[in-house]
Amino acid sequence: MSEFVQSEFGSKGNGSKRRSIGKESNFEPKIVVFACNWCSYAGADTAGIGRLQYPPNVRLIRVMCSGRIRPAFVLKAFELGADGVMWSGCHFGDCHYVFGNYRAEEQFEITKGLVKMLGLEKERLRLEWVSAAEGGRWAELIKEFVEDVKKVGPSPLRKKKEDDKRKIKEEMMGT
Amino acid sequence: MKEEIIKRSKAYYCLDCGKCTAICPVSNVRNGYSPRKLVTLTVNRSDDYVLQDAGLWSCLTCRMCQEICPSDVDYVVFTKLLRAEAKKVGEEGRCSHGGALHSLMKIMTAAELNQDRSGWLTPDLKTSKQGEYLYFVGCLPYFDLFFSDLKANSLDIARSTLKILNRLGIEPQVMSNERCCGHDLLWSGDVENFKKLAQHNLNQIKKTGAKKIITSCPECLMTLKIDYPELVGKVDYEVVHISEFLSDKLSQIRIKGFEKKITFQDPCRLGRFMNIYEAPRKVMQSIKGIELKEMKRSGNKAICCGTACWINCDSSSKRIQAERLKEAKSTGAELLVTACPKCQIHFKCAQSGSEKEKPPEELKIEIIDLTTLLSLAIGGE
Repeated sequence: MSEFVQSEFGSKGNGSKRRSIGKESNFEPKIVVFACNWCSYAGADTAGIGRLQYPPNVRLIRVMCSGRIRPAFVLKAFELGADGVMWSGCHFGDCHYVFGNYRAEEQFEITKGLVKMLGLEKERLRLEWVSAAEGGRWAELIKEFVEDVKKVGPSPLRKKKEDDKRKIKEEMMGT
Repeated sequence: MKEEIIKRSKAYYCLDCGKCTAICPVSNVRNGYSPRKLVTLTVNRSDDYVLQDAGLWSCLTCRMCQEICPSDVDYVVFTKLLRAEAKKVGEEGRCSHGGALHSLMKIMTAAELNQDRSGWLTPDLKTSKQGEYLYFVGCLPYFDLFFSDLKANSLDIARSTLKILNRLGIEPQVMSNERCCGHDLLWSGDVENFKKLAQHNLNQIKKTGAKKIITSCPECLMTLKIDYPELVGKVDYEVVHISEFLSDKLSQIRIKGFEKKITFQDPCRLGRFMNIYEAPRKVMQSIKGIELKEMKRSGNKAICCGTACWINCDSSSKRIQAERLKEAKSTGAELLVTACPKCQIHFKCAQSGSEKEKPPEELKIEIIDLTTLLSLAIGGE
């Protein structure tokens, strides 16, 4: 039962009065993955068919091409409290729409910069090229990503509205 | 609530004359959009039908209508308050870029955010950790990155402003965790998130102890000066636009001349909202060799740059931008000077063409911010 008791102290151990979703070892990140229909989503399917185990923390969102993914999608995911976001597509030369993944790489660079500027850790955002045959690699990548995000802890944007109001009030009072 | 909005905006006095629609830049390029219709829908109907009208979100809030309204109806306040009501019933404007800019602003409402936004502060730009002056940067670092393919170079505005202030002997504070001023959220109806951003900013400004805030963005100016005291709480700072600040200090810096024919785009928020027309012109005319050629519609008649708050970007905006750019070119000027980072972005976007077409020749004119112009004129030391 103790793991369901909410701890007052932040998982970063700096003593800040922060509600965390249980103790650090019990933190289960919420990961959003934007996967392209032709390669990455199919790769995830291959992992499924092969009965390969990987952490259930990911929510997959299928798009037709990784070039469709915009900084806006990633920012929205973080705004709504995702702890990590992965952007996934076909290998260069394999894109079903020929140059979509090149577009994805350009947009990813801008997104990476924005996420960094917002102060979110770089471990939270990843770009990966996964082909339809790489089921095993997909499972490994997800495992690795979930581990990385677990290490950096819950997203600072994952707060409830009441916590935000309380923090702002505390700041105002000067505590 | 509707009664309250009608009272505050004085919409009861509307004579139904239609002058607002005649002068509205959106109405000129899009048949069917009518400010007058929205006012009559609100005043003459007992229900809340107007909240579902898509036209509510098309207004650029440029205030052109108010310059000509014989009854002094405050149409922009009317729009602002109605949008907040519409948001409560689930309506909202269509954000461009997939809502990315609005997401950025909403992310900044989080209490525990530790931004890394000061990378543009190179050692030659001097700031200090205390003092009465504070430079409010706004969203320039984010715009610079997000619009890098347009070569918007929004951070040039920040660098130029600091360079000029340094030359005057001022080393302002710059907050490392500054939030967006919230202007766009407020004007698109999201009052709750606006208040959160405002509270964060006010708390931080108080901690710095600064009393005089300088900004290079007219929207930040208006929001910090007018909306923060009105909606959040009393403030104990003064805030000025960089052009206002400089207009009486120009003799203190050595300004070399250079020959250029320029024209000026009066930003809506600086001109019609805050009544600042002379200060930017004084700054430009202090540079010897500059010839300022006013556009046909300038000063309080200046046409908006076509997009506001990231929620009304569509083909109408492009038409407004194209007409304005052609007007700028027709003055014979080589340079279009703007005083608002967003005007600059929107014009550059209109000039950029698309992936299939090259940038249109007829819209080609170099665009530069007022601060960058002055920074070039003062040169290195």
